[in-house]
Amino acid sequence: MAHYIARRLLMIIPTLIAISLITFVIMHATPGSPLQPMAANANPLPPSAQQALARKYGLDKPYWEQYLHYLRNIFTLDFGMSYQYQTREVKEIIWRTFPVSLHLGAMAMALAILVGIPFGVLAAINQNGPIDYAARVLATLGVSVPNFILALFLIVGFVLLLPVIPRTGGWESPIDWVLPTIALSLGPIGIIARYTRASMVEVMGQDFIRTAYAKGLAERQVILRHVLKNGLIPPLTILGPMFAAIGTGSPFVEKIFRVPGMGRFFVDSLISRDYPMIMAVILLYGAFLALMNLLVDVLYGVVDPRIRLG
Amino acid sequence: MTTTGAGLTGRAERADALIWAARPHRTLWRDAFDRLIANRLAIVGGVIILIFALMAILAPIISPYPYDRIDYGAISQYPTWTGKYPLGTDLVGRDMLSRLIWGAQVSMAVGLGAQVIVFLIGVPIGALAGYAGGKIDAIVMRFVDVMYAFPQLLFVILIMTALGRGFQNIFIAIGVTGWVTLSRLTRAEFLALRERDFVLAARAAGAGPWRLISRHLLPNALSPIIVALTFGIPQAIFTEAALSFIGIGIPDPRPSWGKMAGEYQQYITSYWYMSIFPTILIALLMLSFTFFGDGLRDALDPRTRRSK
Repeated sequence: MAHYIARRLLMIIPTLIAISLITFVIMHATPGSPLQPMAANANPLPPSAQQALARKYGLDKPYWEQYLHYLRNIFTLDFGMSYQYQTREVKEIIWRTFPVSLHLGAMAMALAILVGIPFGVLAAINQNGPIDYAARVLATLGVSVPNFILALFLIVGFVLLLPVIPRTGGWESPIDWVLPTIALSLGPIGIIARYTRASMVEVMGQDFIRTAYAKGLAERQVILRHVLKNGLIPPLTILGPMFAAIGTGSPFVEKIFRVPGMGRFFVDSLISRDYPMIMAVILLYGAFLALMNLLVDVLYGVVDPRIRLG
Repeated sequence: MTTTGAGLTGRAERADALIWAARPHRTLWRDAFDRLIANRLAIVGGVIILIFALMAILAPIISPYPYDRIDYGAISQYPTWTGKYPLGTDLVGRDMLSRLIWGAQVSMAVGLGAQVIVFLIGVPIGALAGYAGGKIDAIVMRFVDVMYAFPQLLFVILIMTALGRGFQNIFIAIGVTGWVTLSRLTRAEFLALRERDFVLAARAAGAGPWRLISRHLLPNALSPIIVALTFGIPQAIFTEAALSFIGIGIPDPRPSWGKMAGEYQQYITSYWYMSIFPTILIALLMLSFTFFGDGLRDALDPRTRRSK
């Protein structure tokens, strides 16, 4: 097991290098430069100032040298200085914004699991009944309606029409956390409920379930002891990538609710071509995704001993 | 799968002909069409899609005003449901109804057009990997794995900011990031089909690689590819809406539903209708495509019907 984990961890490194290379190429192979950002109110700088800035950030060197330099720094966890906030290091910005995104993502994830799994289980038990139907509608809505649209509906519903929440925006008190968490979790709730239902239905058709009924177990016991145990493994696999997707923050939800998280920073840094910020966020996301996938694979082996890791 | 009876000879073919004479001739597509028609949700989705498509095509005729006509005498008017501006006007006095009608063009064009690019990139790459196998397959799949490790939406945003705002750039960005799933699917289908007897038979009959792929492998892999493309449509609509929402999608003054929702979301407490109308339309169109896609999947692949 330890051997397997070590090998998988090592394999993350080449993946991240490939990601950084692709990102670097896209950033540099296209027109535009951080010295003349596309922002509407940016002033074109005189050529001498541009040259001075290019020298300061090493942008005058050949591309391969810039890339190798960047790669070398990353191994010492030095992500460089941000271009847009010139006095701040990228590391420091991420250190401050990432926990906020993670906090929001973790709450949304917890809500999604707590609501999605019971919903899926109930839908599977009452196949084609009203609960199943309601779960299906909710799942389809959650999956196919983007979270920024859900967020706007939530604001209209719970701030304007039915003033339960006094305000929107900010991240100071727990009341600010409610709507962003719900907006972010509706999609995952739908996906989890769908997966759980499908896998439960499949397990319920198996021979050993019939045997369990035949030996006289009550329905409740069959469901709790036999169906749930086997039916919850497939939904487990989607939790990892899902958490990676929402744990790093959604730029849209964060923008609408003015959450000071990383997602919002990422969009800002892209528009102003803040190369070090873009690289750092994409690499962080890639690493997060890879780690989550590894965690799921390991958990999978723990839950279902038939699966051997090797 | 197909019921044309090609390849059967002699007695078997006569027997076949007798069976088919007893009832009307049916093809896979005809069967699938009947199953699709029977699915009520899919039909509702299809009808809504059709309405939006008509709205997009007829926009120049049916929209009451040009989308960029500014009426300084009627700025930020609330919806009156009748009269001059039934759905109100936006912050600079442009008619909401006209802008919503024109916005359908962007969503429909991006939804359908991006799939053409995804198809043109994804299927050939997947076909190459699946047909050639071996080293080529390994290299292509490593690349696909790296693409998978990218957060897709962040990648699209990255490409968009690199290329700049613009209609055709959205197609490029979605196409370049969206082909991965499709090429994986095509590869898996090809790998499975390659080992089947009819492919062996075709090869024995002297079919070259090009003929094998275009006449035997691709047609048999077509229904999962079509289903994947159908599910890609709402995904592309979402991506366009999201890009326009954060202000890097369709350039001004062209309206797009995502852009309208994004521009006016900060005024939602005073002018709720400005952002809510376009979001309702996005949600409706995406739901319709999802329902239609669900119906299409069930119709084209009866095996998956039970479990979902």
